[in-house]
Amino acid sequence: MAKLASALVSRLVIIIPYAWLLFFFLIPFFIVFRISLSQTTVAMPPYTPVFDLAGGLAGILDKMRGFSMDNYVWLTEDVLYFNAYVSSVIIATVSTLLTLLIGYPIAYGMARAPRSLRPMLLMLVILPFWTSFLIRVYAWIAILKPEGLLNQLLITIGLIDQPLIILNTNSAIYIGIVYSYLPFMVLPIYSALEKMDHSLIEAAQDLGCPPVVAFWRVTFPLSLPGVIAGSLLVFIPAVGEFVIPDLLGGSETLMIGKTLWNEFNANRDWPVSSAVATILLLILVLPIVYFQNIQTKAENEGR
Amino acid sequence: MMKSLGSIRRSFAPWADPASKPFISFRNVTKKFGEFIAVDDLSLDVYTREFFALLGASGCGKSTLLRMLAGFEQPTSGEIILDGQNLAGIPPYRRPVNMMFQSYALFPHMTVENNIAFGLKQDGMPKADIAERVAQMLKLVKLEKFARRKPHQLSGGQRQRVALARSLAKRPKVLLLDEPLGALDKKLREETQFELMDLQQQLGLTFVVVTHDQEEAMTMADRIAVMSHGKVIQVATPAEIYEAPNSRFVADFIGDVNLFDGTVASNENGSVRLETTGGIPIRLASPERFANGAKAAAAIRPEKIRISRQPPAHAPINAAEGEIWDIGYLGDMTVFHVRLKDGKVVKASSLNAVRAVEDPLGYDQQVWISFGEDAGVVLKD
Repeated sequence: MAKLASALVSRLVIIIPYAWLLFFFLIPFFIVFRISLSQTTVAMPPYTPVFDLAGGLAGILDKMRGFSMDNYVWLTEDVLYFNAYVSSVIIATVSTLLTLLIGYPIAYGMARAPRSLRPMLLMLVILPFWTSFLIRVYAWIAILKPEGLLNQLLITIGLIDQPLIILNTNSAIYIGIVYSYLPFMVLPIYSALEKMDHSLIEAAQDLGCPPVVAFWRVTFPLSLPGVIAGSLLVFIPAVGEFVIPDLLGGSETLMIGKTLWNEFNANRDWPVSSAVATILLLILVLPIVYFQNIQTKAENEGR
Repeated sequence: MMKSLGSIRRSFAPWADPASKPFISFRNVTKKFGEFIAVDDLSLDVYTREFFALLGASGCGKSTLLRMLAGFEQPTSGEIILDGQNLAGIPPYRRPVNMMFQSYALFPHMTVENNIAFGLKQDGMPKADIAERVAQMLKLVKLEKFARRKPHQLSGGQRQRVALARSLAKRPKVLLLDEPLGALDKKLREETQFELMDLQQQLGLTFVVVTHDQEEAMTMADRIAVMSHGKVIQVATPAEIYEAPNSRFVADFIGDVNLFDGTVASNENGSVRLETTGGIPIRLASPERFANGAKAAAAIRPEKIRISRQPPAHAPINAAEGEIWDIGYLGDMTVFHVRLKDGKVVKASSLNAVRAVEDPLGYDQQVWISFGEDAGVVLKD
């Protein structure tokens, strides 16, 4: 009996993550995908066909004939969507690179700090999360606007005489994304660097590498898993980011998150916004799956 | 005939030749970490082609000494000379020494051959030469079949050999080994000891090895420096360290020893008379003279103590009566713990040269322990 119970518990432990994925990723995704195949209509919910169980299986099959790929065709016909995808990916890529550039030295410094200091440094990295994300983004408006804190400071110390226009430009979006997502870059890199054996660096130096070369030949390659994890954690949400471009970006900023929001709320076109979301998911998931395949292959070859 | 300590006759003994110049010299080297003195005003010479061991308990400063030679630590004061060159201010990547790390420090993201080629690539050696050298190194450590494996796909012994090959690939003037065999099991360790010795002979390199394992040091080294609290207590060949320790510390640290404390009663041509606290009169040959009445101790190794049922002819000198307290049978030999009249327990070991003994010594038997005049040394307190 006890054996059976323990077997059940160990099963359950495996089931939990799968159940989580099923309920909070796969099922919602299928709902979104299903809506993307529907047509918009003035009703509640605002799309057709709508299934009800009263018609039985035959009724459901009959209604499934109402599905079409029209919305996806529509996305290819209006260049707006293509431009929004491209500009989102570009903005996310640049932001990810900037975050990496700033985050890596921070993570490196933390990993090299005295052991007693590290918990405090970790706290400092996580600390901003204790304030609402929205409030922090609004605070950037106060800093970046023409009469904001940054311009006041720069004018006071005499670096500029005209206020810089940063707010409502792409620069403001970069600042916002880098600021908001920095911890997601720092933490995985820190964890990769922190567990690295320092004697590896000494071995590299012993074999003739000056410190900078030792970094590029040993430290950086060994921190790559952290760099990749951090980059994905920044890139993926940044592509679909809505709040930051909406609050800090200008009217000319085109990002897919904003497009999606417009379709959904302004146009009340649930099917098209669902199609936008589905394509966005494919854009994000396919390259990651591809890279992971390559990585597994490379690792298997080593055996 | 001249008596020699130990059973080894060495033809290689540059330290005994005043004309030979040391290859590595530590001159009054001190290293402090904050208030802690890791190495204390230490001077030491190592000669070309020597297999030199730094032996001591953990925290005695032996690893710090090695790390200063490699360049990872700078001496607080004093200087280190290697092949006539003062090493002060020379960073680790420009020193003609290579180190084999205790943790091996193999690069986990590189294959075995890339690990070995690491230093050669850094030196800008042509590709063909690198391939040749790597193949040569793999052959030397018998790992030809494992060239494309990653370190995590190797056993502990194989990793140790990769680390060795990598540190030898650049043909350093000196190879530093930090507890090279510490992570191996006993059997593999013993095999590898002899492999290392052969390798050192074959390549004609100078090896400096740090170890806390006295057997390892005794087996491999030409000379051993016994260290304690940042100081060298004795530098000598393994046989000298064992048979003629210069202090209680060394006698006690290396192997088993029976120490009889007492006072010097007299010096007579080449030998010293001790009156021990246990009441045994001891006479031992000693090149050194001691002041009468000075405190001293006789150090006698267990294998040099005989056990007999009858008192020896020279009793009561160098002999005492006791009772067998414990018997440890080790296969190749048997260790007896004999309890003397005053309660002191003396260890005596005897070789089991034959398989069966008639009427062997048993527990609680009354016996005599005895030893010859050249069985031990007299040590100053």
